[in-house]
Amino acid sequence: MDAATWTVVRLTAQLAGLSTLLLLLLGTPLAWWLARTRSPAKPVLASLVAMPLVLPPSVIGFYLLLLMGPQGPVGQFTQWLGLGRLPFTFSGLVVASVVYSMPFVVQPLQQAFEAIPERTLEAAATLRAGPLDRFFSVALPLARPGLVTASVLGFAHTVGEFGVVLMIGGNIPGQTRVLSVAIFEHVEAAEFDAAHRLAAGMVVFALLVLVTLYVANRPPRDDRATAP
Amino acid sequence: MIEARLRLPRRGFTLDVDLQLPGQGITALFGPSGCGKTTLLRALAGLERAAGRVALGDAVWQDDARHRFMPTHERPLGYVIQEAALFPHLSVRANLDYGRRRVATDVGSTAAAGFGLDGVVDLLGIGALMDRRPATLSGGERQRVAIARALATAPRLLLMDEPLAALDAARKAEILPYLERLHRALALPIVYVTHAMDEVARLADHLVLLEAGAVRAAGPLAELLARPDLPLARQDEAGVVINARVDQHDASYGLTRVAFDGGALWVGQTGAAPGDAVRARVLARDVSVARQRPQETSVLNVLPVVLETLQTEGGTALLRLRLGAAGAGSATPVWLLARITRRSADLLALQPGDALYAQVKGVALMR
Repeated sequence: MDAATWTVVRLTAQLAGLSTLLLLLLGTPLAWWLARTRSPAKPVLASLVAMPLVLPPSVIGFYLLLLMGPQGPVGQFTQWLGLGRLPFTFSGLVVASVVYSMPFVVQPLQQAFEAIPERTLEAAATLRAGPLDRFFSVALPLARPGLVTASVLGFAHTVGEFGVVLMIGGNIPGQTRVLSVAIFEHVEAAEFDAAHRLAAGMVVFALLVLVTLYVANRPPRDDRATAP
Repeated sequence: MIEARLRLPRRGFTLDVDLQLPGQGITALFGPSGCGKTTLLRALAGLERAAGRVALGDAVWQDDARHRFMPTHERPLGYVIQEAALFPHLSVRANLDYGRRRVATDVGSTAAAGFGLDGVVDLLGIGALMDRRPATLSGGERQRVAIARALATAPRLLLMDEPLAALDAARKAEILPYLERLHRALALPIVYVTHAMDEVARLADHLVLLEAGAVRAAGPLAELLARPDLPLARQDEAGVVINARVDQHDASYGLTRVAFDGGALWVGQTGAAPGDAVRARVLARDVSVARQRPQETSVLNVLPVVLETLQTEGGTALLRLRLGAAGAGSATPVWLLARITRRSADLLALQPGDALYAQVKGVALMR
């Protein structure tokens, strides 16, 4: 692997890793709230989270660009903070990825949380566990399959994203030039060998991701046989 | 003493109770489905936010007048429900440790005095299950673990919501002896929700009858079961329970005599030792009356009684009989109910105050 390719792969992994971390930090409380609330705001918030599923990436990219641009509210805010502008930077890509991949993290988590019976959490309350304690000692362990699915989908989806990346990040080597953009560029330049290397790598990666998912989410085996 | 003054509107009824429950023994909340039993229990636990006041002794758990509401996890209670609700991701041992680790005081220091975790595990016979996962347990085992898990926190009050309702007759029979042991071994007040009369007759010391969210009657079980004005007396299973002591065994006939204030009954031989407390259940349909002491009868148990009240409904008459000869007043009266035909009542010209002989054809020894 040459240095340029290596930079692309490393940058992609960094982007996906950081985005997944942020997605889990933001998405877990959001999913917990969506799973447990009876608030009338629930369908509105759930729809907002799900928007990237139905909107073309270019639409999301366009509006994110406006929001983060020098005249946009987010752009003004980041400039006021002294962070400068986000478009065409790595940070901008992270922000865009978090928005774009949010439903892939929130939805599996929300389903996992919803599958936990209320009575199990109430049992924890009658066993002296406070709300936060119940969340970490009962809800989170029981939602483990959902957590695995959310992490894997969040990571994979960030790696595979193209339209939003192109609009927000452009194609700056070492900063915003990630795999999907690099493949596109190789193809444009008729460098089919280079495109092949990256594309085949992506196919293998996708396959690994899916196998991991199915293995991790197998129903737990009955351990009666191993009980003493 | 458990104080509960609670009000909570619900679909179909409004829970509205003002109860003083005894601070020991098993209090059964009994009534048809949808009468508010479970809602009341949940409100006691703080799982439902009813308006009013809940106090256990001098510990006030809720007092709206003083804007006090202790959340469930701060109340020293144990809660066992029909579905057991064990944590599926934890072993039996870790399930037991879950609550125990979260209480500051050790099990040995409070209501479960002298028990500790080992004692609780022993009491419920789950020693062999400690490393299993809940998914591998039978329904009865799961329920026993759930009870042990609640007891391991050394609660000051145990709330049980139809703990046997999800089990078949065999599993039920498996658990009942453990509940009876619990009752005998621990000085822990238990509030027990059920709609099964046999569980009430076997386990309860006190009874609260709920109807559409309101208390129809509350008091000692033996007293309430002997009240002909309550709906209990109209059930086919109507009958009284008598708290008695084993008096003597007659091994040659395989019989045991149990004695109580006002009389004694012969029952099929029991394993209990003389002096042991037992509970006898006598159904109203198994009791008949005669004006003279029957001569040459096959019925073993013939007891002098005084007719207190007589109620007729359709073709049947329900008699309330006080055990003991006329004039022989006793400190703790014991009653029988007798269900006979109205025709018999008319033929005998029964009047309240009559001295009669009750013939008891069947006695079930509950414990």
